Amino acid sequence: MTTQTTAGPEPVATRRRTSAPRPRGSRLEQRRQRWGWLFVSPFLAVFALFLVFPLFYAFGMSLFTSTLATGTKFTGLGNYAKAFTDPLFMEGLLRVAAFAIVMIPAQLIVALLAALVLDSLTSWLSKLSRLLIFVPYAIPVVIGALMWSFLYSPKFGPSATLFTAVGLPTPDFLASGTIFGSLVNIVTWQWSGYYMVVIYAALRSIDPSIYEAARIDGANGLQTALRIKLPMISSSMVMVITFALIGTLQFFTEPVVLRNIAQGAIDAAYTPNMYAYSLAFSYSQFNYASAIAFSLGALVFAGSYLFLFLTRKQSGLK
Amino acid sequence: MKSKLLAVGGTVAVAAAALTGCSAGESTSATECTNKIVNADATQVSVWAWYPAFEDVVDLFNESHDDVQICWTNAGQGNDEYTKFSTALEAGSGAPDVIMLESEVLSSFSIRDGLVDLTEFGADDVKGDYTEGAWKDVSSGDAVYAIPVDGGPMGMLYRQDILDQYGIAAPTTWDEFAAAAQTLKDAGAPGVLADFPTNGRAYNQALFAQAGSVPFAYDNANPTEIGIDVNDEGSKKVNAYWNDLVEKGLVATDDAFTADYNTKLVDGSYAIYVAAAWGPGYLSGLSDADSDAVWRAAPVPQWDAANPVQINWGGSTFAVTSQAKDKEAAAVVAKEVFGTEEAWKIGIEKAALFPLWKPILESDYFRDLEYPFFGGQQINKDVFLEAAAGYTGFTFSPFQNYAYDQLTEQLYAMTQGEKSSDQALDDLQASLETYAGEQGFTLE
Repeated sequence: MTTQTTAGPEPVATRRRTSAPRPRGSRLEQRRQRWGWLFVSPFLAVFALFLVFPLFYAFGMSLFTSTLATGTKFTGLGNYAKAFTDPLFMEGLLRVAAFAIVMIPAQLIVALLAALVLDSLTSWLSKLSRLLIFVPYAIPVVIGALMWSFLYSPKFGPSATLFTAVGLPTPDFLASGTIFGSLVNIVTWQWSGYYMVVIYAALRSIDPSIYEAARIDGANGLQTALRIKLPMISSSMVMVITFALIGTLQFFTEPVVLRNIAQGAIDAAYTPNMYAYSLAFSYSQFNYASAIAFSLGALVFAGSYLFLFLTRKQSGLK
Repeated sequence: MKSKLLAVGGTVAVAAAALTGCSAGESTSATECTNKIVNADATQVSVWAWYPAFEDVVDLFNESHDDVQICWTNAGQGNDEYTKFSTALEAGSGAPDVIMLESEVLSSFSIRDGLVDLTEFGADDVKGDYTEGAWKDVSSGDAVYAIPVDGGPMGMLYRQDILDQYGIAAPTTWDEFAAAAQTLKDAGAPGVLADFPTNGRAYNQALFAQAGSVPFAYDNANPTEIGIDVNDEGSKKVNAYWNDLVEKGLVATDDAFTADYNTKLVDGSYAIYVAAAWGPGYLSGLSDADSDAVWRAAPVPQWDAANPVQINWGGSTFAVTSQAKDKEAAAVVAKEVFGTEEAWKIGIEKAALFPLWKPILESDYFRDLEYPFFGGQQINKDVFLEAAAGYTGFTFSPFQNYAYDQLTEQLYAMTQGEKSSDQALDDLQASLETYAGEQGFTLE
């Protein structure tokens, strides 16, 4: 960073140099720090009250085991040992992993293609298309999932009409074999527009003179997209994938909504988050539910950290 | 502009006042009542209930009681309410004084010390007002955890017009039922005879019980012991019967209580709806009903016509929670809110409830009541009174929600062709035994 000669970094460097030798305990600095804490304190209070404290509370809860018949007792990390040998939790983890493998590329490809096409078009139509692709994200997740549950319905949905028109049997979108694809479709529909906007914004921030240089060098549209645009927005891509990864590991709302109409195909432990929810609120096992939720949280943290570490070159976080 | 700002400021102030009012803790009930309190000085008892037309019943109670007043809130139906209650129990506060619960979840809450044993508060005084089956549903051993309100004795609602069209007589036995399903299919009817919902929960359980299944043995006096027997002969017979109909394509396997299912109930896709006494109320509340549908009620089909067995699906009760401030007053509400003829007439005529309170259950008024939905048929006399009288009660497990979820999973696997009908019930037995063990129960 300091080796760069463009305008930006210089003032930062000088400021740092002048501030460093100042003695730490100077009165001015102290007063500044005091004001700093004052400004930060409302946030800190809310943060502690609504995040740190509940986290500690939930962690404390996860160290106990309560059973219906024998009451509550301290079991230390016993719930965690149980979680990682619990077939329901493990199946749920494998399922969200499978969702991640299918769903993230699907969302990314749709978002990237849409962004690249919109970036090279400049008509009123591109503005309208941008809005239309983004609209699903503006619809609340629950409403979106409910809407799809009607579209999938063999009774009300348009699918029966469509498939009968072409003379094919109507598929059951809510059977155990097809529910995976049905969920992937909902999430891709919901999130691609949002990712598209992020990628599109990154594309717009590229200096157009680079394209000009590429054109002079003889690059066609596809080459420009693959060799110039894509590498230059890699940090945004990493961010988008991280969001998608965290979202997928915590997959919850869409399967919960669809469970109302497909209870057989989506069981109570379909994803780890749903499992934690069912444990706490249907089976009143609050302690074990906390342990499941914490284990999932740790895995999400580890997963996203690993991903960011592996892509540190592309993301510019190095 | 200025007036707008003022208006906004005013709203904020009101909102703030409301917020502080809500966070005042113990005294919340006073501000949350849906209904009007007639005697402000009387002891207030907070009640959660989801009955339609309950407000009139509450008003009636409040007007006739000087010392106790009901403060009613609708905290959601079924599982929505149970989730809130369960969380309140875990948190140690926030539960109402009296709560409407289905009898199937009473054990699940009493084992968590969420409910008060009403024998200390005069439950036995009203015991004689209820049928034996109804009273057994709310008792566990010597303890009584709730006062029964309405029940779900089962019958068969059918489309007279559809059956007539295909020359089918209303089936009285399950053999006739299967034959009718076959006839309907052979005739190329657009719909099927009935639905077998794998998520039917209490419905499937009731069908099994008709063939003698007693899935759980549980007594609150001995709360760490439980008997589980879900793969007995009777259950296996019933399950094999339905699986056979499913495999032959004679019945549908739609999930119950979905939009699809509701539509098919009323548009003629199912010719028969094996239902509880609250079924007519449920049906008539659905939209898109076939305008020329001719609904009639008949007794539920039997395995052995000579020895009919009556079954029950659902039914609600009033229980006093362990967080009730004045348990004496709360018990008065639980016992008396549906303890008058006037209250019951509201419940029957406006909410289609089936009373378990004998004075009205056994009255001429109820027996002779004509239902316009059934073309004026006296369905209580013809079907439901006998069903209610013949019902002897049922014991639910203290982890009924889990047991139902597992039942749904196994039945679904069966209808998908992944398991035989016997295997599904054997797997259910194994999973429930494992769960009971994990929860610290000793298996009898």
